[in-house]
Amino acid sequence: MTEAVKTPHIPLEKQKLLTVNGDEAVAWAAKQSLVDVVAAYPITPQTIIVEKFSEFVANGEVHTEFVPVESEHSAMSACVGAAAAGARAFTATAANGLALMWEILYIAASLRLPIVLAVANRALSAPINIHCDHSDAMGMRDAGWIQLFVENVQEAYDTTIQAFKIAEDERVLLPVAVNLDGFFLSHTLENIHILPDEAVHEFLGGYRKVPKVKVDYFDEEVPLMLNPARPLSFGPLDLYDYYFEHKMHQVEAMKRVPEVVREVNEKWYELTGRKYGDGILVPYEVEDADIIVTVLGSTGGTVRHIVKKLRREGKKVGMVRIKMFRPFPHKELAEILKNAKVVGVMDRAISFGSYGPSFLDINTALYDYKKKPLLVNYIYGLGGRDAPPELLEKMFNELLSDAEKGYVENKLRFLGVRE
Amino acid sequence: MMIEVRWHGRGGQGAWTAANLLAMAAAIDGKHVQSFPAFGPERSGAPILAFTRISDKPIDLHSMVYEPDIVIVLDPTLLKNVPVTEGLKKNGLIVVNYEGDTEKLYKMLGIEKGEYRVYITPATKLALEILKRPITNTAMIGALLKAEKLVSFESIEKALYERFPKPIAEKNLGLIKQAYELAREV
Repeated sequence: MTEAVKTPHIPLEKQKLLTVNGDEAVAWAAKQSLVDVVAAYPITPQTIIVEKFSEFVANGEVHTEFVPVESEHSAMSACVGAAAAGARAFTATAANGLALMWEILYIAASLRLPIVLAVANRALSAPINIHCDHSDAMGMRDAGWIQLFVENVQEAYDTTIQAFKIAEDERVLLPVAVNLDGFFLSHTLENIHILPDEAVHEFLGGYRKVPKVKVDYFDEEVPLMLNPARPLSFGPLDLYDYYFEHKMHQVEAMKRVPEVVREVNEKWYELTGRKYGDGILVPYEVEDADIIVTVLGSTGGTVRHIVKKLRREGKKVGMVRIKMFRPFPHKELAEILKNAKVVGVMDRAISFGSYGPSFLDINTALYDYKKKPLLVNYIYGLGGRDAPPELLEKMFNELLSDAEKGYVENKLRFLGVRE
Repeated sequence: MMIEVRWHGRGGQGAWTAANLLAMAAAIDGKHVQSFPAFGPERSGAPILAFTRISDKPIDLHSMVYEPDIVIVLDPTLLKNVPVTEGLKKNGLIVVNYEGDTEKLYKMLGIEKGEYRVYITPATKLALEILKRPITNTAMIGALLKAEKLVSFESIEKALYERFPKPIAEKNLGLIKQAYELAREV
């Protein structure tokens, strides 16, 4: 949900109204973000992003080098090469395409390359399914990427631009995945406002600036990039002597992400009048709530719709949308959830033989608290199964009755599945 | 206040495009909008669905439409095997591409007279005349506007010119106007 600031630097009437789908919104954002290299391979429901972007390339509207590759593995590899050479690199994929990228995702993060990847979330095969769930994103959970999830088309545009700013911040230097729900956002037209090109350029500080580093064999600091004139190597052999220390750099970089995300969210708010919670969590009606539901992605809107309805009926319910999934905001989320009676954790993915991914993190977040809510995990929406308002209302009513009983019988529940 | 529209068509008739044009026009009018297809694989001739939501306030919902206010049927042959009135709100509006016996129409819709508002227009005939192809999506926007002024003509015109090359936009605008003229409540 967006909140309006009274006087953004670019007032709404100076922002251009577009009625576009989520994929097109991401393409517009990439277009305005002065991306140097796009390497991509088509896959539903992402295809429109790259299709639209290649239109911009063909029309000469961007300076971008467009590399049509033969697979997603190659797409991410090309982005790694480009980003290591100092370019601002972008790609997009979904589902099996993301799975095929997996090996290179780790390399991108470990080399600290600020690549931005849009994921139009889609279920993994088999059986073949083109529709939305978050299984693809959860497969890259541990790869060292920052993972952001958006709720609507406007946020897909806003977050894609912010992603470059976050990724390239010298405190961070990590790749960012912007997740938008396949079809529910990728193929849904909504009215959005976009900034003038120059405002985006200014927000990002122009083209990508590569940080300078001190290297033993050069007299002066050199840009951290591949450059034959001042040769550096990226990712050479690193055994038990230093590998672990290099992993610690990634651990430390992740710790610095939240402050940067908050700053970028705030700067975007001043510029556009739009912000999404603190950029990390988007709580709604949580202050006195007995029941709080957590959710990622577009379903957040439908959950809010039901929270509004139940509040009108006098029920003390609230919700938190988890916008940033990696790094996971354990402490911030625990502080919001700790006083509730029952928390329903919605996951559009499952770790087979365990629970949903965000449920595991939320348990970890709350474990050390003496007073803490009961937790229930709701797996929903696999393979694009819809989560209509009535179904979510049923979930809230179950949680209300759990709160009344004071205990939870079945911690892992499947919402909207045939029995 | 939010209006939900469900479009019934066959793959290739442009139901999703119609849903999008209506949304684009409403956005130009300053409304909040959503439009989306019913997310199936697209096959030419197969029955498909598309949806448009139009609201004065930002739209929270991101689920499909189950209880539409308005149902629009682009192809009369769908009436035989698609339950087009399913979930339609009480006193809702049905707009059908249809000419001929209205009693038969009511029978095919499976509804009683007075239960819903029903509008018809000969969209196929007009589309064949003007576009030389049986693409009925824009004609049905014309019929919809006769029954319910959801968006302004100016905005539909702008949306058409944004979406299509000029000659195609012009023809479709003509088609919308004719379909509007011939649309009537039955």
